[in-house]
Amino acid sequence: MTLDDLIRRPGTWLVPGDDPGIIVSSRIRLARNIDGVAFPGWAGEDECARLQASLLDSLSRMKALQPCLALDMAGLSLVDREFLRERHLISNELAQKSKGSSLVMREDEVLSVMINEEDHLRLQAMRPGFHLAALWSEIDALDSELEQAVHFAFSPSVGYLTACPTNVGTGLRASVMVHIPGLRLLNEVDPIIKGLTKIGLAVRGLLGEGTEASGNMFQISNQTTLGESEPVIIERLEQIVAEIATHEKNARARLMEQRASHVRDSVGRAYGILSHARVLSSREMLDMLSGLRLGCELGMIKGLEMGDINRLMLYTQPGHLQKAEGRTSNPDERDEMRARLVREAVRRATLIEG
Amino acid sequence: MLCESCQQHEATIHVTQVIGGDSRELHLCEDCAEETGLNVQSVMSLPEILFGMAGGEEDKKALDRRCPRCHMRGSDFKKTGRLGCPHCYEAFSQELNPMLAAMHKGLNHTGKIPVREQKVMETASQLDDLRKKLERAIGTEDYEAAARLRDLIREAGHDAG
Repeated sequence: MTLDDLIRRPGTWLVPGDDPGIIVSSRIRLARNIDGVAFPGWAGEDECARLQASLLDSLSRMKALQPCLALDMAGLSLVDREFLRERHLISNELAQKSKGSSLVMREDEVLSVMINEEDHLRLQAMRPGFHLAALWSEIDALDSELEQAVHFAFSPSVGYLTACPTNVGTGLRASVMVHIPGLRLLNEVDPIIKGLTKIGLAVRGLLGEGTEASGNMFQISNQTTLGESEPVIIERLEQIVAEIATHEKNARARLMEQRASHVRDSVGRAYGILSHARVLSSREMLDMLSGLRLGCELGMIKGLEMGDINRLMLYTQPGHLQKAEGRTSNPDERDEMRARLVREAVRRATLIEG
Repeated sequence: MLCESCQQHEATIHVTQVIGGDSRELHLCEDCAEETGLNVQSVMSLPEILFGMAGGEEDKKALDRRCPRCHMRGSDFKKTGRLGCPHCYEAFSQELNPMLAAMHKGLNHTGKIPVREQKVMETASQLDDLRKKLERAIGTEDYEAAARLRDLIREAGHDAG
């Protein structure tokens, strides 16, 4: 399998899970470093390259990662980087790197490892739906297999040592992507974000660190990594996310009771724009797709599966559009390509009059 | 603050002594500290303890200090927020610990431990145990037991090495 094969199938995490509604996907990552080796940001180019070679060798032998695909960042075009970032396989930071850094992934994209990002190793497990506990056991198994091959930097007092002190301890960041248009319509998102921040959780936009929320999608993750065990961190996040999902359900019910025509209006406008627009920016499409998603979940739109919407969301992003076309394009061209893709898909669906 | 012991000189050595489960703060001048058998050279002096927290000269020292392994300076960390190597945690623990305490939920890792480290930690805690027993045996002048314990410590230390 090569990088180009990935474009022919949606990311595994975008195939809807058993609860494809409010909780879109779950992800866990572990930061790990090798004992006695300078962190990537401080190490020289040669040191990074040496470590990269030895880590690639170890990772390629991991049973948990088979069948496995390894990509050297030095060999990737800008489009390829963008493409992998949109699939959440690499971070914004790794997308900027070249010589000395790699991505190693299991072909199903559920498990992946970034080499020489901020830390020597960033292990990731990701699945659609709400599956934090299952992801923890998957990534824990990979980590346990890996610790037999390499010597992790670890201190009995502060745990796994990481380049940034914000990750020290467990090195664990668990995050869940939620789609909460109901709370947005009721203006309840900001107070929720404030509340989450107070109890040590972070809220970010669709594409992670430093990105704004678009399409009513938010990533909620733990902020602290030291002082609590992995299961404790994960359970708390699970609990809070479950509560948010309940709030969202209630918000939708309230909206349908009190402002049904407003909701129908949002869904109808989204359907109208997406099925007729000729020029569609990324931002506008994500916002409209949120309305469409809500319409599907509330039974106002028929003939469109949640998987179709997930696929649209992914394949209309710049990297995916260019990868699918097999050539680079400018934003104006992409806005037209995006509109065409969306139009074709949405026209197969029908809006139920209510 | 005056030295607890002589009540004459300024206390410059501040130690937290942990015996069993109890901890006790000691504030001593250098002379009294040496008399009680504390190795003054390895004990942090007051300026070093406040390193990074007090302003002026001390902050400057912290910024100029380098990690002995990777040679990253405090000022590099201040600039980037990222450490140079795993050893920096030890090299800059004075500055880092208050920071970690503020950032996280406590200063003790309670999560996963690599199997390799579990073994090291078990041996270390066994050694600790044996050393305590040895001290007690010497205290009660039970030299037979002390000799046996000394051999055990040597063996365990050898295994760990």
